[in-house]
Amino acid sequence: MKKELKCHIGIGPKVEGVALVADDNFSARYDLDRIKGLFSRPQHQLFGKSYKDVILVLNTAKGGVATAWMLYEMTSRKIAPKAILFNKANTILAQGAALAEMAMVDRFEDGDVTKLIKTGDHLIVCPDDGKVVFC
Amino acid sequence: MKLNDEEKAMLAGDFGPAVKWAIDHQLQVGRMFDAKDMVAVSQSHMMADPESLGEAGIAFTEKIAETGIKVRIPMITDPRGVDLNYYQSLGQTENMANLERRFIAACKNMGITMTNTCINYQTIMPPVFGEHVAFGDTGVVIYSNSVCGARSNFEGGPSALAAGLTGRTPRYGLHLDNKRIPTKRFRILDQPQDLMDWGVLGAAIGRMAGSYWEVPIIEEVEKTPTSDQLKHFGAAMASYGSVPLFHLVGVTPESQNVEDADGADLEIINVDMDATSDLKKPFAAVGEHVDVVVFAAPQLSIIEMAELAALCSGRHRSNATDVIVCTSAQVYGDAVSMGYVDKIEAFGGRVLVGTCFYQQYAREIGEANGWKRLLSNSAKIVNILGGYGYQPALASMEACIASAEKGRIIS
Repeated sequence: MKKELKCHIGIGPKVEGVALVADDNFSARYDLDRIKGLFSRPQHQLFGKSYKDVILVLNTAKGGVATAWMLYEMTSRKIAPKAILFNKANTILAQGAALAEMAMVDRFEDGDVTKLIKTGDHLIVCPDDGKVVFC
Repeated sequence: MKLNDEEKAMLAGDFGPAVKWAIDHQLQVGRMFDAKDMVAVSQSHMMADPESLGEAGIAFTEKIAETGIKVRIPMITDPRGVDLNYYQSLGQTENMANLERRFIAACKNMGITMTNTCINYQTIMPPVFGEHVAFGDTGVVIYSNSVCGARSNFEGGPSALAAGLTGRTPRYGLHLDNKRIPTKRFRILDQPQDLMDWGVLGAAIGRMAGSYWEVPIIEEVEKTPTSDQLKHFGAAMASYGSVPLFHLVGVTPESQNVEDADGADLEIINVDMDATSDLKKPFAAVGEHVDVVVFAAPQLSIIEMAELAALCSGRHRSNATDVIVCTSAQVYGDAVSMGYVDKIEAFGGRVLVGTCFYQQYAREIGEANGWKRLLSNSAKIVNILGGYGYQPALASMEACIASAEKGRIIS
């Protein structure tokens, strides 16, 4: 297994944590119960799972612009992921990460990040260097 | 990123801490998307409802406003989360209303015009072809890019505020010619008829397009759609696929034909009845009781208000079913003077002004009113509300009113 994945330079601080992975898309408004810190959309592959303090690994963003504020609001209550990794982020998620000071990276050189990383993998995310390291 | 002297001064703090925050925020985002420089924008439109903002977002905005800063360009707002003339009956709390009041005060102090609308392209000042803007609300952005030929990325609330403060935005994505070229080509095999059909078609294409960075070009639409039809088409496409731009051959300004839009070499994907039926399947609930019928997302135009009023005339909703209609303040005045609001209220409906249902603490108002089964003609809203604890269903405007009258869903 590779010890390190290269990606595009991202946003936010270097963080360490455990991955929660799904080949699914993401919107804080559409998919989350932000009070409980759970995925609440029944059709989402992570339905019922807690996102608190994990490194989310997902395909891409979907839906509206609310997530930009919501990441900040979630972080302020400390019920938020440590980082989000995408195959392709959209502008809203990047803007939200910038305000929330949350780590976010995308565009992995080796292909589909939802296949390269498995739930439970221990990772260090380095947005400034454009890399994710397996611990 | 290459900055000019004024932008360097902003980053150095010469324009105050709010502008310094704004341009620093923009540089972080620009770096992630490989922006080479900044581009001046003429308008900004900010999505910011209190549920999304929370206490933290409100306090952040107040802190910016307390510096005394004013926005440098015309800046307007997306729908509010609380109609301050009608919130207790809806099950919203005083705390929610107070968050809203604080946010409005902060915005006004910064010189932001509280238009509270997601249909500014129908009611305020539509952008013109080639105009660079910083718009929030995905429905606003996709309509402005596609139908008007303007240039905007999805600008979330913080970034729209930053653009208002700096008068510019990083030049990436839809501000660049090469990001507006079609990447997927769709052919319509079944012609949409009503607003719901247009929403479903947009949703199906959005889902197949798959990401923000795809640009669908769509051909063989037989009849030129109306502004309202394109509104539902775009809003649903953006909702299901995070798509910010489409080209409709022969209709939208950057695609008078497939060749001009550089889409001729793309493989054709047929969009048939199977695709739209598959999309509608999770939202079918004929025969089941309905708790609330909602017309929103996007806010209704004056034409939609007229159509709805005509359907409501001489009828009354079931006592078991509430009816909520969301429109903008700009439309509401005309709808009152034309008697449309009276007809909707005589039916038992409630017209909310300057809000949109899903931005109104949807979970909390659902629980307060016992709303579970929700019916709408908006493909966008049924996509959103599943995560808020609703069981959403989809029907035409006519079927929605007939269902509200009977208290159960009619096809």
